[in-house]
Amino acid sequence: MDAGIVSYGAYVPRYRITPEEIGKVWGTDGTAMGQGLNVHRKSVPAPDEDTITISTEALRTALLRGAIDPQELGAIYVGSESHPYAVKPTASVVAQAVGATPNLTAADFEFACKAGTAAIQTCLGLVASGMIRYGVAIGSDTSQGAPGDALEYSASAGGAALVIGRERVIAQVHRTLSYTTDTPDFWRREGQRYPSHGGRFTGEPAYFRHVGECARRIMEEVGTTPRDYAHVVFHQPNGKFPQRIGKQLGFTDEQMRYGLVTPYIGNTYSGAALLGLANVLDRAAPGQRILVVGYGSGAGSDAFDIETTDEIARFDRSYGLPVQEYLDQGIELNYATYAKYRGKIHMGGT
Amino acid sequence: MAIARFWRETPRRYNLGGSRCTNCRTVYFPPRSVCPTCSTHRQSIGKLEPFQLSGEGEVITYSVVHDAAEGFEMQVPYVVALVRTREGPTLTGQVVDVDPHTVRIGLKVRATFRKLREDGRAGVIHYGYKFAPADSGGAAPAPRGPRGTAPVAPGPGAGAARA
Repeated sequence: MDAGIVSYGAYVPRYRITPEEIGKVWGTDGTAMGQGLNVHRKSVPAPDEDTITISTEALRTALLRGAIDPQELGAIYVGSESHPYAVKPTASVVAQAVGATPNLTAADFEFACKAGTAAIQTCLGLVASGMIRYGVAIGSDTSQGAPGDALEYSASAGGAALVIGRERVIAQVHRTLSYTTDTPDFWRREGQRYPSHGGRFTGEPAYFRHVGECARRIMEEVGTTPRDYAHVVFHQPNGKFPQRIGKQLGFTDEQMRYGLVTPYIGNTYSGAALLGLANVLDRAAPGQRILVVGYGSGAGSDAFDIETTDEIARFDRSYGLPVQEYLDQGIELNYATYAKYRGKIHMGGT
Repeated sequence: MAIARFWRETPRRYNLGGSRCTNCRTVYFPPRSVCPTCSTHRQSIGKLEPFQLSGEGEVITYSVVHDAAEGFEMQVPYVVALVRTREGPTLTGQVVDVDPHTVRIGLKVRATFRKLREDGRAGVIHYGYKFAPADSGGAAPAPRGPRGTAPVAPGPGAGAARA
C-alpha cells in the first residue's frame, strides 16, 4: 500500500485517580479491582476538556512534529464515542483550530472503541488513491462509566492523531484488514448518559474472538508470524485483556511492553490503540515491524501491518510530550473532586 | 453569548490570530487594521498583515478567583492571569492544569485549547485559548499555512509590541 504514517501526536489530560480511591466510595476493594483489571491509575479530563480539545492538542503536536502545513490536509476524521455534540461535528472544530479550513473534508466516526482505527483506514484509502495529500485520523475519548460500575475503574480520557500520507513516511502501512460481526457486548442507547455492557460476554465472544481472528488473518495474508514483529499493540479496555490475547497469539511480554499504556492512564477507548502505537513510535528504530489490532464493541477489529522506515530516525519529536511522560505524570484527585469534574454531581436546576 | 459574535472571534480565540504592522513591526492582539504606533497612522493603512502568536509567554500578574463567574463554578479556585506573549502583546486568560498556590509571576506558560463556556446544557459550546504551564504537554497552535489568513479587524484594548 502506497501510504503510511507521516507524523503523530498524543495528548492525555493531566488529572489521575486510583482504583483504591474509587473503591473507598463504593465499599469495594479498589486495590484488588485495580490488580484484577491491571489498571493502576486512570486519567481524568479537567472540566474544560473534551474530545474536541484533546483531539486539537494531539493534532497540533503532530503538525508541528511533521512540519506539515495544515492547509495541505485533505481530510480530518475524528473517531470517538464521546463527541461533545450529538449533531455538529467534532472534526470541523478541530479543523478550524489547527488552521486546516476550508479546503478539506471532515467527519466524525463512531464505532465504539475502534472509530479511530476506522479513520486510519479511510485516510489510507484516500491517500493511496491520490485523492488527498495528507489525511488525519484521530482517536479520542472522554469516556464515562456509571458510578459504582466496573467500568468506572478504567474509563478515562486521552487521544492521539496520526497524519497519513505518502511523503516522508516514518512508518509504512503494508496491509490493513478488518473483522466485523453483530455482537451486542457493549452499547449506549441514544439519550443515555452511561453505557451498558454484557459483563463477561464482553470477553470471549467479543474482544477475544474479534481481536484474535483479525490478528491471525492479517498475519496469514502478509505471511508473517508473531516472531516477525518488534512491537504489538492491541486495543486495551483494561491491562489484562491485551496481555491474554497476546499470549494466546504467541507474542512475548517484551513485544507487548510499549504498546500497553492502559495500566497507567486507564482505557481511553477510541484513543487506546492509537496511544499505544504512539508510545511504540516514540521508541521505534528504523526497519521495525509493528502489528496493531484495534477493537470496537458491537463489534469489530481493524488490524494494521506496519513497518518503520529510515525516516523515523530523523523525526522531530521536540514538540509536545512523549507518551511516557503522560504515563508517569499527573495530579491525583480524590473521588469528590473527580465526581465534580466529571459532572457526576446533580447540581439542581435545569 | 450571541452565536454570531463568538463565531466572528473564532480566528482570535482558536488560533491567536493577531496582526503585525509591516511598517514598524508592531504586533497586535486582537488584530488591528490601523497601527497606532506609527508616527502618522496614515502610514500604516493597508500595511497590517495577519500574524499568529506562538502562544508562548510568561505570567506578569494573576488573581486566584474564589467567587466564580457564571459557568466557572466547577473550577473554583481558578487562576486568571495577564500573560506577556513572546511576541509582545499581553493577553488575559485562565491558567489551567496547575495548583493555584504554585502560580507565580514569571511562570512560563503556553497556550492550550480548552472549552471556554457552554450556553446552557442544550446550547453552543465555545472553545478558545487558555494557558497551561509550559512543561505540561500539548502544543501551541500550529503555524498557519500560506493560504491561512486571520481576518484583520479592529479590536478594543489591543495589546501591542514590536516583534
